[in-house]
Amino acid sequence: MPHVVTGNCSDCRFTDCVLVCPVACFHGDDQRMYIDPIACVDCAACIPACPVHAISESADLSEDQVMWIQINADKSSSTPVIRSKQTPLAGAEERRAALGYS
Amino acid sequence: MRRNDEPPWAIPKRINRSGLSVNRIGTANNPLRVAIVGSGPSGFYAAEALLQSEHTTEVDILERLPVPYGLVRYGVAPDHPRLKDVADTYAAIAQHPRFSFIGNVSFGKDFTLKELADCYHAVIFATGAATDRKLGIPGEDLQGSHAATSFVGWYNGHPDYRDLEFDLSCESAVIIGQGNVAIDVCRILAKSTDELRKTDIASHALDALAESRIREIHLIGRRGPVQARFTTKELRELGQLSECDPFVDFDDLRLSETCKSELSNVPEPARARNFEIFQAFASRRQEKPKCCRVHFFLSPREARGGHKLEELILERTRLIGAAGRQEAVGTGKAVSIKTGLMIRSVGYSGLPLEGVPFDEKLGTVPNKDGRALTSSNGFPIYVTGWIKRGPTGIIGTNRADSMATVATLLADLPTFSSQPKPGREASVPLLAQRSVRSVSFHDWEAIDQAEKARGLPLGKPREKFTRIPEMLAACSA
Repeated sequence: MPHVVTGNCSDCRFTDCVLVCPVACFHGDDQRMYIDPIACVDCAACIPACPVHAISESADLSEDQVMWIQINADKSSSTPVIRSKQTPLAGAEERRAALGYS
Repeated sequence: MRRNDEPPWAIPKRINRSGLSVNRIGTANNPLRVAIVGSGPSGFYAAEALLQSEHTTEVDILERLPVPYGLVRYGVAPDHPRLKDVADTYAAIAQHPRFSFIGNVSFGKDFTLKELADCYHAVIFATGAATDRKLGIPGEDLQGSHAATSFVGWYNGHPDYRDLEFDLSCESAVIIGQGNVAIDVCRILAKSTDELRKTDIASHALDALAESRIREIHLIGRRGPVQARFTTKELRELGQLSECDPFVDFDDLRLSETCKSELSNVPEPARARNFEIFQAFASRRQEKPKCCRVHFFLSPREARGGHKLEELILERTRLIGAAGRQEAVGTGKAVSIKTGLMIRSVGYSGLPLEGVPFDEKLGTVPNKDGRALTSSNGFPIYVTGWIKRGPTGIIGTNRADSMATVATLLADLPTFSSQPKPGREASVPLLAQRSVRSVSFHDWEAIDQAEKARGLPLGKPREKFTRIPEMLAACSA
């Protein structure tokens, strides 16, 4: 069961996840990250790395999050691989605080 | 004036103290040449970070065995093939034109620190934590008591462990420790031969496991279900084996107020999830031929037997201290388990490296952000992975760790000797002079192909060579 990036990953792009990914399964666009379900080796290293708790194993998704499985699969095939940590977007810390994770 | 062979972006020459004209280190005329000792995940991620840096860098990974990938090959359990796929990432790094793999060469035996200093600008040790910690209890050395390192190395076909023998003729086995290695060992003992047959498990181990009479596996932890460090995924897997039911004692799941507050701690949702899994295990009924009992609040005190392990005495523990910092202390109440096989997985330690400072207690090289705290004649020494931070984290943790070490190394670049270093042009011939048969990445690819070909008729992804001469023979084939 691959890991998926869910709704919390939005407008922050902390990208701590890509640093600990042992393969190259993270893709990204201007707003958020996606996991390529074929490249992901299911190691779970990214789960604790995400400052906004956006990443889950697909088996642990709640019903309203299940849609992210398909979104990750689709978007990862049309966005570039991100291997190095990016500068977070302006307002990232505020967003993290608003989610209660600072 | 630029020389013709210089690329247009080469940095202008400057004059060093000896009056010789040299190019700045890390440029096409004077590449930064780094040796990495150890080819496991942290070694390969350090190579990746160096090769992707803005400096022109040549990286040679020196590996003790003829085969690369360290614990990905010899630690990751054979029934986790997806995790083994990370090796593809390392094979891709190895294709870089400025990368070399030099296998079958042993630091301290085939080459010294002084020789590394002659050949390279800097060295990064990524030698891991090759040895295990002991329990320190009477009877620990009885026949039938083993380190998980040995058992894992044995079933994964590591040449150092392939001739070990494990007596699987008893009905009950005990595993001390509740980390991911402990759970791997448990799963290998619990699985049926059919569940393992199509993995890359070494055939000598598969044959021995086929004869196993073990029916009951005890997985022992000092602390409670809330403190256990299992990965949710691995715990879940334990509940899905074809021939083994997992159990937890209901009494172990009665939580103190302190444990309840730890459980509801928001930053670690995995704890609550694991606890739900333990609750499900507690209400299982045994339907399958084998069972795995996950015990909490028990600490081993004495192994008993004649020359062979027969019984393990444990002491019931309780927790003291504040939430998040609870420690197990003995209660004086003894518990006995009859067993002929005990495997301990209670911590790992690095091995000292000749000429490099070492912290015996931590089993690591003392370092500041990856730079070893040493005064070894100015030769810059770095560390990454488990030899740097101790045996924590999973494969990906080493990527972030190695990138941090490489960032330190690159920041130190202005302090390096700017004399060009010969790198592999000198190190490989030096090894050859000593009659060391070094193994290139191309050689490894031949070994890899031969192993896959051996596995094919068996329906296995590969059948590993488990002896060094076999590996070397496959190189020249």
